[in-house]
Amino acid sequence: MHPIFDPLLVLILLLNLFVLGSSRLRSVIGASALQGVALGMLTMTAHGELTLDVVLVALAAVAIKGIVIPRLLHKAMRDVAIEREVEPLIGFIPSLLAGALGTALAVIFSETLPLLPAHKGSLILPSSFATVLTGFIILTTRRKAITQVVGYLILENGIFIMGLALLDAMPFLVEVGVLLDLFVAIFVMGIIINHISREFRSTDVARLSSLKEE
Amino acid sequence: MLILVVVVPIAMGLAALAVPSARYRPWLVPAGGVLHASLAVVILTTDLGQPMFASWLAIGALGRVLLGFVSAQFLVCSFYAPGYLALRPERSNRMFCAALLVLLGTMTLVVVSHHLGLMWVAVETSTLATAPLIYFNQNPRSLEATWKYLLIGSVGIALALFGSLFLAYAAVHAGLDSSLLFEDLVRDAPRLSKPWLHSAFVVLVVGYGTKIGLAPMHTWKPDAYGEAPGLVGALLAGGLTSCAFCALLRFVQICYAAGDGALARQLLLALGLVSMAVAAVFMARQRDYKRMLAYSSVEHMGIIAFGIGIGGLGTFGALLHLVNNGFAKGVMFLTAGNIHRAFGSKTTDGVSGAIRRVPASGGLFLAGFLAVTASPPFGLFLSELTILKAAFAGGHYWPAGVFVALLAIVFLGMASTVLGVVQGTPPAAASGRYRESVLVVAPPVVFLGLVLVLGLYVPDWLHRALVDAAAFVETAAAGGLRP
Repeated sequence: MHPIFDPLLVLILLLNLFVLGSSRLRSVIGASALQGVALGMLTMTAHGELTLDVVLVALAAVAIKGIVIPRLLHKAMRDVAIEREVEPLIGFIPSLLAGALGTALAVIFSETLPLLPAHKGSLILPSSFATVLTGFIILTTRRKAITQVVGYLILENGIFIMGLALLDAMPFLVEVGVLLDLFVAIFVMGIIINHISREFRSTDVARLSSLKEE
Repeated sequence: MLILVVVVPIAMGLAALAVPSARYRPWLVPAGGVLHASLAVVILTTDLGQPMFASWLAIGALGRVLLGFVSAQFLVCSFYAPGYLALRPERSNRMFCAALLVLLGTMTLVVVSHHLGLMWVAVETSTLATAPLIYFNQNPRSLEATWKYLLIGSVGIALALFGSLFLAYAAVHAGLDSSLLFEDLVRDAPRLSKPWLHSAFVVLVVGYGTKIGLAPMHTWKPDAYGEAPGLVGALLAGGLTSCAFCALLRFVQICYAAGDGALARQLLLALGLVSMAVAAVFMARQRDYKRMLAYSSVEHMGIIAFGIGIGGLGTFGALLHLVNNGFAKGVMFLTAGNIHRAFGSKTTDGVSGAIRRVPASGGLFLAGFLAVTASPPFGLFLSELTILKAAFAGGHYWPAGVFVALLAIVFLGMASTVLGVVQGTPPAAASGRYRESVLVVAPPVVFLGLVLVLGLYVPDWLHRALVDAAAFVETAAAGGLRP
């Protein structure tokens, strides 16, 4: 394993906590973009040898997660003129604590599973679980549609890390298919956010509450 | 051949984007349905459905049942599209027609893909193709429904991917040179790493369970089915959720092959009963008849999960129920769409006397209600009875008792809403210009006919296909089942 592999994972874990504690949308999106770039670098360092497939997946990850999607989100943010996530369902400090607790639980959980020799003592699986958990916390506790999309993106990043552990088993086509689907999903979500802001003059999903049982 | 049945509908969907005439474009949908059905018949009756692309695409016993069902269900629904869209000239139908055909292609891909990753991509794409269908009415309510559907659905499918990776890890950990083809996973199942396999199955049940709409992951369903056009509801509740079940059954099969069938069965049995209970609670005093149908879908997905949880004859009954439910949902959603058009309201506050205002749709809605609540002689009676028989034979007395009680509660809850819609005198506000055309009445009539025929007698070839599929899911451990 490459010497900067684990430091990159630590960076990803720190970015998780940063996203959980930040209220400014610009920096939340920026952190998710940085995470995307880190994922691309991880892909390059996950293997001893660089094959064409690995390089292509890494480039696609950086392009989609690090550049295209953050730009889409920035554009959506400007179009709907909002800068801050206000009034999350649970505050920023409690979500930070939940994130830290989740990271600890992720480490414990991955200890209980039988690991491949290459992954013993590595942070790869704990960071995957912790990142998925962070995505969940953001998805369920934030009220702005854009922040929820960032939550979904971080959830997918966590799954991507797990995918790196299986880079040999997962065929190239599937990796690219997954990335492409993610891109289209976020693109469609972007369109819907645009419609939401036009209809409701807000992207607060708390306003999306007319459909419920009476 | 297998690639054609996937690519042809998608290509027609893209062609629909290019057709300039809004009047003739909807006819591409039934054309796609007919073409798809012809291809499906060729695949099912000849040996042209050979595995392709290193077995990434293949059709086994389970796929045969699902391919035939999805194709037939879409074919009947597709003839509703031109009639319905002619009533909505104010809405652009370009995206709608394209998305319907792409949905057909991706549903087919879910059924015929035998690779873990490819199947996931297919399920995800089918979700994305559905978003424009739910957003057809382009009002704040449909916007809300689409957002919830997209977000909850995407997270569910993300979890399904996570679970798939767990399963891949189980294979890699066991030192298997795994291709991630289902055939290989089933063959090697006894050697998979157990802790990873168990975690994988739980995550996969939550992930694909979201797509199926099993409680408590069902929350997108009432909103999406409530706001989408009836045609979309019929295709989602009949076709798409069944495809998601097909995906889940692939993993049930792996569990069986690994000797862990009991774990899979217990989990599905519990989720099935929870889904039926949640549906029963929310169907009582439900005034919105389209949301009522959504909960009915939750209930029936619960029944199918229950049947698979019983196993053996129960799995056969569950597969038969999947077919019956898909056709019965066609009757309900399509006629509910007609009633919605005629009255301009989808709650019992604004709708009454449907049988006078729109006699055909009102009558079919009532008959469909009897079919959906498993009254004899409809097919759902037969399939639910089969599941129940299997439950008693397997000694599951308590679950079987709860099952029957919940069915009765659902019947009562649904009856009050349906009778409120059908009986009485139509409100004065409902005397608009809407008249039932042949195109919007014939498809539900055909669906009702199918459910009735399946109740009176299950043709030999279908019976054999279902038995084969149930055996395929459960006894793969015996080995030698490579198609």
